[in-house]
Amino acid sequence: MTALLEVRNLSARVADTQILSNLSLSLPAGEVHAIMGPNGAGKSTLSHVLTGKPGYEVTGGEARLDDQDLLALEPEARASRGVFLSFQYPVEIPGVPALTFLRTALNAQKKARGEAEVSAPDFLKLVRAKAAGLKMDFDMLKRALNVGFSGGEKKRMEILQMAVLAPRLAILDETDSGLDIDALRIVAEGVNALRAPDRSMLVITHYQRLLDYIRPDRVHVLAGGRIVASGGPELALDLEREGYDRFVDLAA
Amino acid sequence: MSLAQALLTGDPGYLPSRREEAWRWTDLRGLIRVLPPPAPAFCGDLPLASFAAPFPTEEVVIVDGQGPTGLDIPAGETRRISLRLINAAAGAGHVGRVRVSLEAGARAVLLQTHEALAGGYVGETQIDISLGDGARLERLVLADDREDAVSVTISDVRLARGAVFNDAVLTTGARRQRLETRLTHAAGESEARLLGLYRLAGRRHADLTSLIEHESPGSASDQLVKGTVDGQSRAVFQGRILVRPGADRTDARMGHHALVLSDTAEVDAKPELEIYADDVSCAHGNTVGTLDDEALFYLRQRGMSEARARAFLTEAYVSAVLDGITDQDLQTVARAWLAREAAP
Repeated sequence: MTALLEVRNLSARVADTQILSNLSLSLPAGEVHAIMGPNGAGKSTLSHVLTGKPGYEVTGGEARLDDQDLLALEPEARASRGVFLSFQYPVEIPGVPALTFLRTALNAQKKARGEAEVSAPDFLKLVRAKAAGLKMDFDMLKRALNVGFSGGEKKRMEILQMAVLAPRLAILDETDSGLDIDALRIVAEGVNALRAPDRSMLVITHYQRLLDYIRPDRVHVLAGGRIVASGGPELALDLEREGYDRFVDLAA
Repeated sequence: MSLAQALLTGDPGYLPSRREEAWRWTDLRGLIRVLPPPAPAFCGDLPLASFAAPFPTEEVVIVDGQGPTGLDIPAGETRRISLRLINAAAGAGHVGRVRVSLEAGARAVLLQTHEALAGGYVGETQIDISLGDGARLERLVLADDREDAVSVTISDVRLARGAVFNDAVLTTGARRQRLETRLTHAAGESEARLLGLYRLAGRRHADLTSLIEHESPGSASDQLVKGTVDGQSRAVFQGRILVRPGADRTDARMGHHALVLSDTAEVDAKPELEIYADDVSCAHGNTVGTLDDEALFYLRQRGMSEARARAFLTEAYVSAVLDGITDQDLQTVARAWLAREAAP
C-alpha cells in the first residue's frame, strides 16, 4: 500500500542554486507530519515544488499523490486533485471580496473534477459554518481578500479556505509566523478540526511552538535540501532544546 | 486642426498629426490618407439599446451625427436620459454636435452609449455640457467602437456655481479613438469626479485626454483612470489640471494606473498640474505595472486556470474605478459592461 504522498529522491533548483537534493518522504493517509529545519534548508522550496510554483526546476526524483505523478501537473490541476498550500505570506487582492474569491476557487475545482458547482445559498451556509468555527467575523469576508487584514486574520483566512476547499493534502508553510499566542491557538484548533482519515497534512515550521498545538504523528528534519532525521513528536522537543546544529553537520 | 474640420472640408491637411503636442500619441494624419465620404441619411430600424434594461429613461438617438441638437433640462427638474450615439454607415465619415444643458438646480442621470452597426467609420462628436447653479449630472459613457473605426469624442463641460458633475468613461478603444474631456469650474464651489476605465486588446488604441480648468475659487476635481492593455494595443492618458490665478482653495487630484498584460502593448501617460493660485491642494499619481506573479500563483493554487486567474486579477484591478459611480442603475450597467469585457 502506497502512502497518500510519496516523495522519492526529489531534487530541485532555482536558477543555478540547487535547493533540494534527493529528498524522500512518505506521508500516509490520515497522518500529520511536521517538517522542521533551519532557515535556508529548503522548507518553503519543498512546498513550492509540490504545488507547482513557477520558477523551480525539478532536476530529479518524483512526487506522487494517490500514486499519480504530481510534478507533471499545472498548479490548478494539483489543486483540484486536492493539494492545498496555506501560504506563509498570503496575497492581498484589492477589488475582490474574499467570498467571491473563495466561491470562484471552489467552483473551479469542482468543475475540474466534473462535479456540480455549489449554489450561492449552499456556499454561504458552508462558509458561515466554517467561519464560525474559526471565530471569524463573517462581515470580514465581504471585504477585499486579505487587504488590511492583520497577520492573524490572514492566517485564519487561509485555514478557512482550507476548510471550505477540503483538500486531500494540506501543506502549511510557516503558519505560525506572525501569530500571537491567541491567534496561534485558534488557527491550530482550526487545523486540528480538519484532521480526517482520508486527509494528510505537512506542517512546515521553524519553531517547535506550533507543534504544542498541532500534534504531529511524525517529525522530519530538513537540512541541506534533504530529510536528515525522522522520528516521533519527541524529536521536535530535542530540536527545541539542542538546536539544528548537529543536523546541519549531518547534511554537510 | 481637428478631425471635424478635415471631415467637413475633405482636406486631410486639417487632420491632427503627431507634430502637435496634444496629438503626439494619437496621430490621425499619418493614418488617414483620404477622408471617407459623408454618411448618407439613415433609413432603417435601430436595434434596441443593449444596456437599457435596468435603466428606464427617455431616449435620445443620434445616428451618424444626425438627430436632435440639444437636451435642455429646466430648472429644478430631474431626468434620466439615454443618449445613444450610433455609427450606422460602413466606411463613412460624420460630424455631430449635441448640447446637454441643465438649468439651475436641475438633476440628470445620463447613460451615453457609443454603438456601431457597421465598421470602418470615421467620426467626431462634440458634446457641450453645461450645468447651471447647483445642478447635478451623473454620466456614464460606454464607448463600444469597432476595431477598424476612427472615433473622436469631445466633451466640453462647464460648471456654474455649486454644480456637481460625476462622470465615468468606459472604453475598449478603436483603431484610433480619442475621448477628450475639457472641463471648466467657472464660478466656484463646484465639484467634478472624472472616472475612466479602458480594456484594450488586439491592435486597439484609446486616448483619454482631459483638461480640467479651475477658474474660480473653492472647487474640487477628482480624476481616477485605470486600464489594461493586452496584445499590441496602446493606451494614452494625457491629464492636465490647470489652476488659474484666483482659483484659491482648489482641491484637485489625478490618478492614472495601468496594467500591461503583454510585451507588445504600450501605455503613454502624461499627467500635468499647473498651479497659479494660493492655498491649493493638488496631488497626482501615475503607475504602470504588470500582473503580480505571486498573486497569479496564489489563484492557481486555489484551483483557477491561468487564464481565469489573469482575468480575475485584471478585472479586480480596474473595478475599483466603478466604486465612484453613485447612481445604482449606472453602477449596475457599468459592472455588466465590465463583466462582459472580462469574460474569457
